[in-house]
Amino acid sequence: MKPVVDRTSAIEPGAILLFACVRNEAVRLPYFLSHYRKLGVDHFLIVDNGSDDGTVEQLRAAPDVSLWQTTASYKKARFGIDWLTWLMLRHGHDHWCLTVDADELLIYPHHDTRPLPALTDWLDRSGVPSFGAMMLDLYPKGRLGDAHYEPGQNPVEVMPWFDRGNYTIRLQPRHGNLWIQGGVRARVFFDTSPRRAPTLNKIPLVRWNRRYCYVTSTHYVLPYALNTVYATDGGEATSGILLHTKFLDTIVEKSKEEKSRREHFENSDLYETYYDRLIANPTLWCAQSSRFVSWRQLEGMGLMSRGGWT
Amino acid sequence: MTVGIIMLVHTDFERAEQVARHWTKSGCPVVIHVDRKSPTAEYDRFSMALNADPLVRFSKRHRCEWGKWSIVQATISACEVMLAEFPQADHVFLASGSCIPLRPVEELVQYLHDRPDTDFIESATTADVPWIVGGLSDERFTMFFPFSWKRQRYLFDKSVELQRKIGIRRRIPQGLVPHMGSQWWCLTRRTLDEILSDPNRRRHVAYFREVWIPDESYFQSLARIHSRKVESRSLTLSKFDFQGKPHVFYDDHLQLLRRSDCFVARKIWPRATRLYQTFLGSGGVAAGRSEPNPGKIDRIFARAVDRRLRGRAGLQMQSRFPRQGFEHGITAKPYSMFQGFTEIFEDFEDWLTRTTGARVHGHLFAPDRAHFADGQTVINGALSDSATLRDYDACQFLTSLIWNTRGERQCFQYGPADTQDINFMMVRDPNAQISIISGAWAVPLFRSGSSFAQLRQTAARLQKIEAQQLEIMRASWANARVRIWSMAEFIESPMEPLQTITDEFGQSGQRHLSEAPRLRDLSGFGQFLQHLKNEGMHPYLMGDFPVEQSDHMQVPPVRKPYLVR
Repeated sequence: MKPVVDRTSAIEPGAILLFACVRNEAVRLPYFLSHYRKLGVDHFLIVDNGSDDGTVEQLRAAPDVSLWQTTASYKKARFGIDWLTWLMLRHGHDHWCLTVDADELLIYPHHDTRPLPALTDWLDRSGVPSFGAMMLDLYPKGRLGDAHYEPGQNPVEVMPWFDRGNYTIRLQPRHGNLWIQGGVRARVFFDTSPRRAPTLNKIPLVRWNRRYCYVTSTHYVLPYALNTVYATDGGEATSGILLHTKFLDTIVEKSKEEKSRREHFENSDLYETYYDRLIANPTLWCAQSSRFVSWRQLEGMGLMSRGGWT
Repeated sequence: MTVGIIMLVHTDFERAEQVARHWTKSGCPVVIHVDRKSPTAEYDRFSMALNADPLVRFSKRHRCEWGKWSIVQATISACEVMLAEFPQADHVFLASGSCIPLRPVEELVQYLHDRPDTDFIESATTADVPWIVGGLSDERFTMFFPFSWKRQRYLFDKSVELQRKIGIRRRIPQGLVPHMGSQWWCLTRRTLDEILSDPNRRRHVAYFREVWIPDESYFQSLARIHSRKVESRSLTLSKFDFQGKPHVFYDDHLQLLRRSDCFVARKIWPRATRLYQTFLGSGGVAAGRSEPNPGKIDRIFARAVDRRLRGRAGLQMQSRFPRQGFEHGITAKPYSMFQGFTEIFEDFEDWLTRTTGARVHGHLFAPDRAHFADGQTVINGALSDSATLRDYDACQFLTSLIWNTRGERQCFQYGPADTQDINFMMVRDPNAQISIISGAWAVPLFRSGSSFAQLRQTAARLQKIEAQQLEIMRASWANARVRIWSMAEFIESPMEPLQTITDEFGQSGQRHLSEAPRLRDLSGFGQFLQHLKNEGMHPYLMGDFPVEQSDHMQVPPVRKPYLVR
């Protein structure tokens, strides 16, 4: 992993940092960067894994981005987590660190009126070191490949639909985290093998310490205590949502590439049919799909909660 | 003729400076205490900036620690400066660096001027306050607290435990009745002067030094001795969260704060630019002589505490996953499970829909798929009818269904051929109304006309499953409304149970059922059971049916309206 642009000396104490690993995300990046800048991210630390679509040029030009590059195997680096862990160890200590993918847009209670530092200040005051946000898969109404998206546009405009009430949650005693599955991918692609449906729970925002590390993507963190982002006494802890914009129109082409690269997920074979079905340009929408309006709507549906933060 | 402001500051000096200037602009003298833990450089910059203001003084700096005497000491030092240097201060108002006045300062001055003898200090005896954090009420006055609650929690807890065990009880000084209340008060010069010049002050100080959180009790207790008129409320709007930490106000609270008519609010988030602009820039929101009215804010913040502590009944989600017994409601709303009804009535589902207006599903937990009402394949919340998805977690399938359809009563058919995973959950659930006609599973077998060799095995399996299920349903710890009839018992007089069940749906105005569902033709059923017996199987859950067709078995389905009076 080699630095391309290192602007980390500009990071001030208390700055909120965003870590991401990208590959050919030139289409998503303009909105991605503006979304997180607006929320109050101070610096982006990004690893590029062999992009050839202008991603590197775009990131190099951004004044608040530090960029590293590698062409090594994404899979062997535990899906990029090893690269990011190293960066977080170097630069993340004692900062609130947000670790997301390019197709994940974080929202949290009051995100439209309160910037991220309001949330992190409050978490600090409450003695809460980590913040959970479940992935919510968004999709368009018609066939996936037919919803045209322009770079810079809010992806929610072309794909505002989601599944609101078909999730399964179980406690995983080993890491003390919840394992959430379900949503549209379980409904459409994994209806015969729900156990293999993608994991949706994530803990993207952590007040980082150099001794911490993510285990699988940002699904679980060590030490275990950081995984307790939920209340077990019947109350509701504060939580957010990662609007997951995986199903942009580019997904059909990307699936062809991913299928041949075999760089994703623990067991690539399991995902062969999944990719085949994506390549067939399917429709995910159903009559019971919900249309995204706001975080208050998601809270009302019970997908996220303000907890005690009002 | 004005009010003097004591400001306790430890951080965000720019905001504190802005607020201090706002007070002095209206002629209110300000005495500022800066925590000695704050960096000297910042203190210097801060005091330099305000030094030129003739109405600002800085008091001796103390190192303040939450819950300890030092905060009271800091307040006393500042009060002494205030009383000595600003004779025009008739009232003294205790505030912090993160408080802002919401109304024009003149309105506060006028309000206090109209009440020259009133001390505004929340002050109640320990027996009467609900806001205790850490479980210590009386004990904070009768124990020693050598350890910091914030930094040395373990030692703090252990020392409390030890003192409880060996029964340490400090003596409360004579004449003093411990009172507690909000740290933020507004006292008259006279009361404050008397508290500070109390001949017993040394004794009181020695006592309160060892009390836990004395900033909520020192002035509150002494005001009861010296005040002529205590108005037990704080003029500072301050809300607390479930941990007892003050809530922070943000820009989006602007309208709420505007309408509260409170004089001062805390805490304000230092970066809440709009709040600072609105309330300091234009001099606040005039409310004339109206009384503070924090009712709406109180309600909203009480709701937040409730959501944090109790949550929404029947909701399982990423940040609410109650362990068993802590659900505060396993499901969101009441629902009904019917077992054996579609088996013995021809048109039960349609009839139930017509009679009650509820949403009536078929066998939701059938082996092939979830039979949703109206043959839908996906239902509210995009819940799929796939049996595999459903059985991945059948309990959550049911709780999700009930959550997704809040506001519309759900009914579903159930039976021993269905996925049995939900029985334990349902029987624990007070929202579940469970009605079982045992043995009715035999009716479809009877009507199928299949060979007895085949039927015998199926019948044995279903009977075994239902027997196990009934055992669960009859558990002594059941919270559900469970009703079980044997089939023979039920068809004796079907209308009475149907009336009771539908009455419990609790629609407006109880109605008598004017129409009965049609019983299936059961002639030959007794003979069928006898056949099973002859095959070596022993059907018993349906009760006794005579082999020879008796009169009541011949009664064809009730076709004309059946009225229950």
